[in-house]
Amino acid sequence: MKISCEEAGHICTKAQYKEASAWEIFKLKFHSLFCKVCSKYSKKNTQLTNLCEKANLQTLDKDTKERMKKALEQQL
Amino acid sequence: MPEHQLQPEKWVDNYADYLFNYAVGRVSDSELAKDLVQETFIAGLNSAKNFKGDAAERTWLIAILKRKVIDQYRKQNSKKGKAEVRISYTNDEAEGDWLEENVADPFIMGGDDKLENKELGLAIEGCIDKLPRKQADVFKMKTIQGMSTEDICNVLEINPSNLWVIIHRARTALMGCLNESWF
Repeated sequence: MKISCEEAGHICTKAQYKEASAWEIFKLKFHSLFCKVCSKYSKKNTQLTNLCEKANLQTLDKDTKERMKKALEQQL
Repeated sequence: MPEHQLQPEKWVDNYADYLFNYAVGRVSDSELAKDLVQETFIAGLNSAKNFKGDAAERTWLIAILKRKVIDQYRKQNSKKGKAEVRISYTNDEAEGDWLEENVADPFIMGGDDKLENKELGLAIEGCIDKLPRKQADVFKMKTIQGMSTEDICNVLEINPSNLWVIIHRARTALMGCLNESWF
């Protein structure tokens, strides 16, 4: 049941993508009760998730990037 | 030797997403934004000899993109007829009141919020660009494209625990980078 801060951090990151198991989340919460550092870290990590959502980031798909590269190469 | 040099062969990998987010925030049409990014790269290549090396590559490309966005607005506007504003008073009593009173209040239009999101997006993109290549790629695949852990592992030929270590490092670095302005 006891976990290290490092492990807690990893679980927290997994939890941001909803891929931590219930048992893992329980261990993280239990750890955070006593560990100020990890509880602060978890808060920030969650905030980062919210910021990323709010920013509505987008990436170009692979095909578009390939097309751009080709177009650039032709000009080089 | 100038401080900065252009490396066009790396432009797409390094800046395409950043420029695309910038463009999409301004023209709100992703197809059009793609075209603008493409045009920016070509224009950058054609005017590479004008690059003096005192600005970073990305800043220079953004400057070109800005011009492209403005040109785009001009093009769109020249197609339209001249805008005509007609204000009719709703009732006779109001006649003689100040026209300004009929103008929408800028604070209730929520413009600020959008602007903030635009800047936030660029701030995050800017921080992602500072990450090591692999961390940036994995973080983008997982967070922005929402790919499943399994798919990413297959594409990059890494195992899940590897993936989580990479993402964890990326997130920790991003928190540090965004710290001053956004938390």
